[in-house]
Amino acid sequence: MSEVPAGLHYTASHEWARPEGEQVVVGITAFAVESLQDLVFIELPKLGDEVRRGERFGEIESVKAVSDLYSPVDGSVVAVNEALANDLDRLSRDPYGEGWLIRIAPRTSLPEALAGLLDAAAYRRLIEQEEHGGG
Amino acid sequence: MSAGVRPGQAGGAGQGPPPELASRTIFEESRPGRMAVSLPEPGVPSPGAEALLPAWARRAVPPALPEVGELQLVRHYTRLSQKNLGIDTTFYPLGSCTMKYNPRLNEQIAALPGLADIHPYQDPDQVQGALELFYELEQLLAQLTGLEAVSLQPAAGAHGELTGLMCIRAWHVSRGEAARRTRVLIPDSAHGTNPASVTLCGMEAVPVRTADNGRVHLADLERKLDERVAAFMITNPSTLGLFESELPAMAERLHAAGALVYLDGANLNAMLGVIRPGDLGVDVMHVNLHKTLSTPHGGGGPGSGPIAVRSFLEPFLPVPRIVRGEDGRLRLETDRPQSIGRVKAFLGHAGMVWRAYAYLRAHSGRDLAGVAKHAVLNANYIRVRLRDHYEVAYPGMCMHEVVLSARRQKRLGASALDIAKGLLDRGFHPPTIYFPLIVPEALMIEPTETETRETLDRFCDAMIELAELAARDPEQLRQAPRTLPVRRLDEVRAARQPVLRWRAEPAPADRPPLAEGDACAAASAGVPATR
Amino acid sequence: MRYVPHTEDDVRAMLQRIGVADLDALFAEVPREVYHPDGLPWPPRLSEAELRRHLEEIAARNVPLSSRPSFLGAGAYHHYIPAVVDALAARGEFLTAYTPYQPEASQGTLQVIFEFQTMVAELAGLEVANASLYDGATALVEALFMLQGGPGAAGERRRVVLSTGIHPEYRQVVRTYYAHLPYEVVELPLDARGRTDLEALAAAAREAAVFAFQSPSFYGTIEDARAVCETARAAGAEVVQVFDPIGVAVLTSPGEAGAAAAVAEGQPLGIPVQFGGPHLGLLATRERYVRRMPGRLVGRTVDLEGRPGYVLTLQTREQHIRRERATSNICTNVGLMALRATIYLAALGRRGLETLATICLQRAHHAACRIAELPGFALRYPETPFFREVAVRCPVPAAEVNRHLEARGIIGGLDLGRFDPAEERTMLLCFTEMTTPADIERLLGALAEVRAS
Repeated sequence: MSEVPAGLHYTASHEWARPEGEQVVVGITAFAVESLQDLVFIELPKLGDEVRRGERFGEIESVKAVSDLYSPVDGSVVAVNEALANDLDRLSRDPYGEGWLIRIAPRTSLPEALAGLLDAAAYRRLIEQEEHGGG
Repeated sequence: MSAGVRPGQAGGAGQGPPPELASRTIFEESRPGRMAVSLPEPGVPSPGAEALLPAWARRAVPPALPEVGELQLVRHYTRLSQKNLGIDTTFYPLGSCTMKYNPRLNEQIAALPGLADIHPYQDPDQVQGALELFYELEQLLAQLTGLEAVSLQPAAGAHGELTGLMCIRAWHVSRGEAARRTRVLIPDSAHGTNPASVTLCGMEAVPVRTADNGRVHLADLERKLDERVAAFMITNPSTLGLFESELPAMAERLHAAGALVYLDGANLNAMLGVIRPGDLGVDVMHVNLHKTLSTPHGGGGPGSGPIAVRSFLEPFLPVPRIVRGEDGRLRLETDRPQSIGRVKAFLGHAGMVWRAYAYLRAHSGRDLAGVAKHAVLNANYIRVRLRDHYEVAYPGMCMHEVVLSARRQKRLGASALDIAKGLLDRGFHPPTIYFPLIVPEALMIEPTETETRETLDRFCDAMIELAELAARDPEQLRQAPRTLPVRRLDEVRAARQPVLRWRAEPAPADRPPLAEGDACAAASAGVPATR
Repeated sequence: MRYVPHTEDDVRAMLQRIGVADLDALFAEVPREVYHPDGLPWPPRLSEAELRRHLEEIAARNVPLSSRPSFLGAGAYHHYIPAVVDALAARGEFLTAYTPYQPEASQGTLQVIFEFQTMVAELAGLEVANASLYDGATALVEALFMLQGGPGAAGERRRVVLSTGIHPEYRQVVRTYYAHLPYEVVELPLDARGRTDLEALAAAAREAAVFAFQSPSFYGTIEDARAVCETARAAGAEVVQVFDPIGVAVLTSPGEAGAAAAVAEGQPLGIPVQFGGPHLGLLATRERYVRRMPGRLVGRTVDLEGRPGYVLTLQTREQHIRRERATSNICTNVGLMALRATIYLAALGRRGLETLATICLQRAHHAACRIAELPGFALRYPETPFFREVAVRCPVPAAEVNRHLEARGIIGGLDLGRFDPAEERTMLLCFTEMTTPADIERLLGALAEVRAS
């Protein structure tokens, strides 16, 4: 069972969101990293880009798969983890820490921005189902 | 990680070059001053390039091409060829690729000066024979497909898809419907080229689900069929190796909804001479000459992907068209106002046209039917021989290929990839793996009609042995292959730090020191070309 | 059946194993009304000897370029093909393999492609090249897509500009591909000297995503490629150059000129003219575009034991993974033609290619000077340098000249009226190492007989 830290907010497409001050740090979960395997390339938005909940903000590639990254909240990109471009192992090593992807300034208040996302327990149930289904 | 197999000695008969030479590129063989050709003297009193070209037109740095002698050249590429498996060396049951025997006669025919050495801009009177072969192959393909008009212009299957979709789109334009008909329905088992071609044609690919019996999910198709649909793009037999017996009914629904049916002809070998796709309600299809009609695959082409269409789509076919004048002479016609235009320079892959024509004329109608029947026989024989050892993706009779799943083996620790690599050590090219995407751990096996029963039996024996090995010692399988010139390659490294070309190694002084014993670094001291 | 090895016993035993009565029972799911158990109406089968004779007879109705002096080029060139090219490319291990998805079993094909990519990048003077595209025309389309960010990319600039110096059939292919895409394709005419008008280019490129030009142009003229690239880039457009893979041994390379990408028809590199195909599309570009490149790419890596080896790489660009969002739909390309070009370029080498290019250049200039001295003949672009092709004004329509040459046993040049009625008196003549000095004398003798009527 992959690590699912409590206190974070999750999407069904395996992104996590962590409020920090008025902003939200976004990454992908340990489950996502494990299922992708062998990451080789990541494409992230530029500073200032607008992102919307449920819409694509970038993509991540393994050797033989490519996955879209979906934003958990509406807002604009205020920071991008540039270090990932040259060292994707950071993401494999520590998806909830130094493997963060972007930081977003939400368009609305924080509680409003995060409303409707999954909590750790709900996300854990989701990946349990996926692991079963994927057999 | 010592394998007991010395680097560079596997694969050949142990007589290959020492390991440090085994993978040398032609650039490393180069010495200034060598050459493998003899060129004529200019024979005219002109001065050299410096005098004939102004300085701004002249190249400053010459291209760093290798310089080798003729024997060196022959040895280098002969050695490389020996690091390849091909149909000529090995059973090659690559699903959906129809790796049948490539007749040598057809290679000789294509090399005749009257076919190899003619120019597409010669006066038509000087190339009537060539035009005749184009014309005749069009007729034969029309007969095989049950469709009325054929264009030989597309260069490969994917190019045929795009050309066919463009014709469909042009037809909708002619009816004033193109603006709303922008969707193409595609089963989720389809080749990736299908949706990619749709995008290239400025339309949107909409997937249709596969039902539990492995056929198109009829209710899902029905649900997605509306006035926005331009076409339904189906592969039959499907990539699951199954016959879509509901295709005539589906085609009727599509036509009633104002849309057309495109058939991906990748799997035509199963229908050759016994089923005409036109009779199933298909409006447009492509034929892969390099699959069904035996032209060689060439290590990745050339292909050839002629399209066949119903007569109402004929005006939209690409130019030029080959037409017979009243005097019986053939000529090229380009003035066709409704045509989608030209999809490639000149006329198409003529060299493949000669070969495909020869292949078809080597057979009677009954012989061609036999091709399909034996292709289907061989696939089903493999299916029943392996069905107790691997999961068969979908039950029932298959057509020209059978899709197995190594799901059971995967749970034991050996994936479809490991099975594939194990086959390599047993003298077989693996089947297509991990496709279709909807079958987990897919092994897609297409034996073709040109293999003997003994070969099929040896292959099945190897597959059964691998299934047993997966149960007994999966780790051994994960180490395969061991008998080829290289073992498993680091694809992550290749993608993370792409080295896409050879470069001269930096002079020793500029070279960063290597960690002691770092064979990997020593072996690839070439400068990464990107990132 | 010609290529089916089963005996009757084999078939019987296999059917029994499957558990069906006969071969037709394998097709039980096929509706009976569309199933033809005895095959379709078909011409009679020919034996191998009959088939060979049949095709020899058909081939004999064609006039091969090698049978008489020929001055036809215009995108497909009659160069000598060294015997080693045919001999090595015919090896079954190369000929009968397919796309190298199983790298351990395909190191031969993969290393050849790696060498090919290197050679093409060297020719173009650029950093990377792919494993081939169908032909020069489709390579041009793919390069345009790559530079604009994908076929349907919604950039701010929705225009591509094509120089009319590009082969007319290539321009037609571009128009076909763009017909349903949200882009405008406009053409920029060559000036009176057969070169790009830089002022007009500066204006046209201002709203263009990409500018494409060809040098040597379809009309044989050589552009100041540096100036062209600088002008277009200053106006904010990316540039792709269509180049000549033999001429580039002596001519400014696209990389030197500053192009972002370069494409070419690789047929002159050891591939028969064979009535127009299969030929070989070359594409090279700069590193920054590598993730948008269409087609296969081979990369060097190491195996489990640290030995160098080759694999297909960066495959997530391609249709089998990215499907509707792939950079291109190309799958099967022209691997065997890339192999031929690799062997050809290795055979000639750096010095050989330069020598060959110089022979073409010298013979073309010698012939052109002599033709210009003939009464009624003149060079179409007398001030502009050229390589192995030259456009010549004739005293009568080029079609008439060609008929006269044909009567003298010569295959003439391209009647440019074929693509532009205003040029019906212009002929495009091509000179290579295959057009000997004696052939040129014969041509001159025959042209000297042509008089304005």
